[in-house]
Amino acid sequence: MTDILMPALSPTMEEGTLAKWHVKVGDTVKAGDVIAEIETDKATMEVEAVDEGTVEALLIDAGTEEVKVNTPIARLSGDDEAPAPKADAPKVESKAPETPKAPEPADEGEGPAPVLPKKTLKDPEVPDGAKMVTITVRDALRDAMAEEMRRDDKVFLMGEEVAQYQGAYKVSRELLQEFGDRRVIDTPITEHGFAGLGVGAAMAGLKPIVEFMTWNFAMQAIDQIINSAAKTLYMSGGQIKSSIVFRGPNGAASRVGAQHSQDYSAWYGQVPGLKVVAPYDAADAKGLLKAAIRDPNPVVFLEHEMMYGVEFDIPDVEDWVVPIGKAKVRREGADVTITAHSRMVGLALKAAEELAAEGIDAEVIDLRTIRPLDHETIVESVKKTNRIVCTEEGWGPMGVGAEIVARVIEHAFDYLDAPPARVHQEDVPLPYAANLEALSLPSVDKIVKAAKAVCYK
Amino acid sequence: MARATKASTKTGKGPDTGVKARSGGAGREQLLKYYRDMLLIRRFEERAGQLYGMGLIGGFCHLYIGQEAIAVGMESIRKPGDQIITGYRDHGHMLAAGMESREVMAELTGRAGGSSKGKGGSMHMFSTEAGFYGGHGIVGAQVSLGTGLALANKYQDNGNVAFAYFGDGAANQGQVYESFNMAQLWKLPVVYLIENNQYAMGTSLERAASETHLFKRGVSFRIPGEEVDGMDVEAVAEAGARAAEHARSGEGPYILEMKTYRYRGHSMSDPAKYRTKEEVDEVKKTRDPIDHLREKLDVAKVTEDELKAIDAEVKKIVADAAEFARTSPEPQPAELYTDVYLEAAE
Repeated sequence: MTDILMPALSPTMEEGTLAKWHVKVGDTVKAGDVIAEIETDKATMEVEAVDEGTVEALLIDAGTEEVKVNTPIARLSGDDEAPAPKADAPKVESKAPETPKAPEPADEGEGPAPVLPKKTLKDPEVPDGAKMVTITVRDALRDAMAEEMRRDDKVFLMGEEVAQYQGAYKVSRELLQEFGDRRVIDTPITEHGFAGLGVGAAMAGLKPIVEFMTWNFAMQAIDQIINSAAKTLYMSGGQIKSSIVFRGPNGAASRVGAQHSQDYSAWYGQVPGLKVVAPYDAADAKGLLKAAIRDPNPVVFLEHEMMYGVEFDIPDVEDWVVPIGKAKVRREGADVTITAHSRMVGLALKAAEELAAEGIDAEVIDLRTIRPLDHETIVESVKKTNRIVCTEEGWGPMGVGAEIVARVIEHAFDYLDAPPARVHQEDVPLPYAANLEALSLPSVDKIVKAAKAVCYK
Repeated sequence: MARATKASTKTGKGPDTGVKARSGGAGREQLLKYYRDMLLIRRFEERAGQLYGMGLIGGFCHLYIGQEAIAVGMESIRKPGDQIITGYRDHGHMLAAGMESREVMAELTGRAGGSSKGKGGSMHMFSTEAGFYGGHGIVGAQVSLGTGLALANKYQDNGNVAFAYFGDGAANQGQVYESFNMAQLWKLPVVYLIENNQYAMGTSLERAASETHLFKRGVSFRIPGEEVDGMDVEAVAEAGARAAEHARSGEGPYILEMKTYRYRGHSMSDPAKYRTKEEVDEVKKTRDPIDHLREKLDVAKVTEDELKAIDAEVKKIVADAAEFARTSPEPQPAELYTDVYLEAAE
């Protein structure tokens, strides 16, 4: 004997009208036969028999309104070998799942977001006597890709003008010559499409590096980056991984206008499943890009056009890999903490020099990784300096600085001697005119002023 | 229904899109397998609809009833290692690919025993073992992803083909054409299967598409296309074999427009105001893929007892899946935080 219940047409439906019966008592029905119609103000749905049997009783008359969901509406008899869901099942099963208790923070350093298993991340040691070589950020990035492509045949590069043109910004210079067109692939101008192809290839086990000529153009592809690359591991219960690097220049170049001058750190920094990296100097550009290529997760790698041609010293050692997720104290100081990433690190360091001349000893932290954010390093610094200025090239609202300030308040509220300050792009699309552009972007001067303000000087 | 027309300049026999029983190439065993697999999908989906009505399945639930011949016909020509990827009307494809009914049904109910541990739901299931790569909820995204699977096949020179399914609705998305272009440009081994069930949610093809013969959508990319009777499992298998051979041999992508029909609404809460009940009934009566196959089974002298045995087996599998899906526990709260990241190797 099986009770047939008033079905729900949607998760929000509570009752409906039993419009019509298609069977009468004594009829024989088989699985899938339509036995009734029900209606709500929105929809009509046919009710099917769950199993074979004879209609023993119609419990609700046709035309009855406001029949509650899960009310028995008919009864079937018959040898029901199949364990059909019983009438009481929904009562037991449809109760709201217990809300999982958020885990207590494991320690002071644990953020609110699910973060990676805790590991002590350290920069690679530079061996005594290691030679330092001078190299541009551009060539450091190229070397990182070349080394990883030599190391693993699964690694390949695709994007616009990466092969024959040798890279729109020459970052992929000479890679085509070494690796051929199987592994250095020129794409048409089709960001949404080739980002999707890259993620699909990653799902099949390859390790693509997808270059966007600039991150501005990746907005065409953001669905594939977030919905496909970042979420599929979770949605598949851990079965499908996307080991892929999306990389290219991010932020404002020089006089290229609003559509070509945007910092996406905060955008991607919000998405669980992604790692977001934004290096400053050549050693980090190389070491972090190698780590990103090896990482089994999707990594958004934010470079900066204005930094490509800048030269830095880099240790000439084999296999220089810098761990993702570890900030770096670029300058130690006692009076105020200044956080920065990408090109802003240079501005923060210059600001620190000017501040030193005025008797303020600033500590400069290079975030290097936006997600997962190494707030332990920041919090430790604030406990020492009691003051913080967060700098970024992007807009302020909901930005990287806003997130850092929130975490500092959560973890070091009692240590603060002044309200935290933020330096960021003005809250306008980036203007073209030279003077307005300069006014809009963060500057050394703005950082100095903010640092002095939090020091009450 | 439009008659078969080849969109390409390739010569070859056009598919017969008629619905009458005709002699296909399949032997008796193959016909019985078609019957069993199509019936499993139908009974599974009917049960899913019932569980939804009882509140055991939440959110969106898109049923495949009416379209069974496509997934089952294509599965019969798939080779080991060939991949499948589709959108959100995906349960039929999972079952055809060989995923366990229990795991699929338990995913629908959001339980720990589900294919994605209850974290994916109806639209997001995967099985690398079965070559099934989802299960994608953003209309059209699977076309680029599937083309990427094909890119990986070519890159690794493994001889495999990716089968990327999408509907008549997704056929209007821009990334589909971005993918077509690259697939032909690079001669990627991918077969695009357009499951044209005539309605993108509530919008009929005629109201959404300036060119309703979707198999012609590859013309400007030089991708050959065919229209296929997607209600005839043998026609599907024949066309599928031809398309897969084209892709596998290095000729590049191929488009098959499978003319089909979904009996149920777009999702469960579909008011169905956009088509008449008579239209649906007419298709059920005259073009039903399972009834159509039964005519062929009669010709092949399959007995009523043989079919009854299959009916009983399918009924048992579905009942077992439903029971498993009902009794499997909800995921542990700690699962909330797993599978967000993989740990990087040292």
